[in-house]
Amino acid sequence: MTNTVMILGMAAVTVFVKAALFVLGDRVVFPPLLKQALGFVPVTVLTAIIVPMILSPNGEGLELTWRNPQLVGALAAVLACVVTGKQLLTIAVALGVFFAWQLGVLA
Amino acid sequence: MTRRSSFAAGARDTLPMVIGAAPFGVIFGTLVAAGPLAAWQGQLMSLSVYAGSSQFIALGLVAGHAGLAVIWLTTLIVNLRHALYAATLLPHVAHLPARWRWTLGFFLTDETFAVMAGYYARHPRAPLGHWYFLGSCLSMYANWQFWTLVGLLFGAAFPQLQSLGLDFAMVATFIAIVVPQLASLSNFAAAVAAGAVAYLGQDVPYKLGLMAAVVAGVAVGMALQRWRSGGLEAGRREEEAA
Repeated sequence: MTNTVMILGMAAVTVFVKAALFVLGDRVVFPPLLKQALGFVPVTVLTAIIVPMILSPNGEGLELTWRNPQLVGALAAVLACVVTGKQLLTIAVALGVFFAWQLGVLA
Repeated sequence: MTRRSSFAAGARDTLPMVIGAAPFGVIFGTLVAAGPLAAWQGQLMSLSVYAGSSQFIALGLVAGHAGLAVIWLTTLIVNLRHALYAATLLPHVAHLPARWRWTLGFFLTDETFAVMAGYYARHPRAPLGHWYFLGSCLSMYANWQFWTLVGLLFGAAFPQLQSLGLDFAMVATFIAIVVPQLASLSNFAAAVAAGAVAYLGQDVPYKLGLMAAVVAGVAVGMALQRWRSGGLEAGRREEEAA
């Protein structure tokens, strides 16, 4: 019983955090400075999520080495994206290099 | 573009995220099966809370006999970043009927935010963008429910799932979204600052290292933007004076 209450409470908290601003909709007016700040959210949050996954994939310190498939795959992705500018191709190249590295080079 | 093709495009573009999240769904289900919660409660958590990292943290807190208030407060802090996502995407959904805004808000995740940030950067005024949004949301949600269930039922059959590195699909997609935006100096500096702080703060609890990284990145980006536009204005004034 307590655990079900715990779960439903978590759900209520999470729905509130996620949906409150959407539900308010037009009633929310951001000042220009905040709008400018929000413009930087995608590029900063997405980078912040992946950088630790690339640099220390095992959570055991910096792995700046060719034996780190996440790092090699990420470099291939950046290169493919800069050269081609195509999103799907970038993802395909990155995954190809990553799995080839993991299953071929390091195996 | 029809509603259906927009919905399908959103689902399709979320596919790498779906692959990346799958192992974590299985691992979550496996941990529930091995812990104090009933299996149906684990599925209920995936269905109603639908926020991976806070689900994992809650399992740890339950096992450690934490009180309800602690678990709820932790959930709030860990999921705070979603309010930032909502604020960023708000201009694109504010015109929709309330039922749409409730629905899209409930389904917001890191992955769908990434897909939608990339989509709106390419199509800032797409009239059927909310159908694309919904397609991304529902494929992610169905995926999370399915793999939670698989983990609950057959978790023991997937040893070492994490070592396959399927979450790299998510990394690759984020790179494909971020790199085109790095052409401006202020965005580039913001990303470098955010990445550095995120790396240094990765062991900070409650994902607060991530929030600190965003704050640092935004601050650097804005400072640079202001400095550059200030420099341009000064340049114009000098030209006018000459």
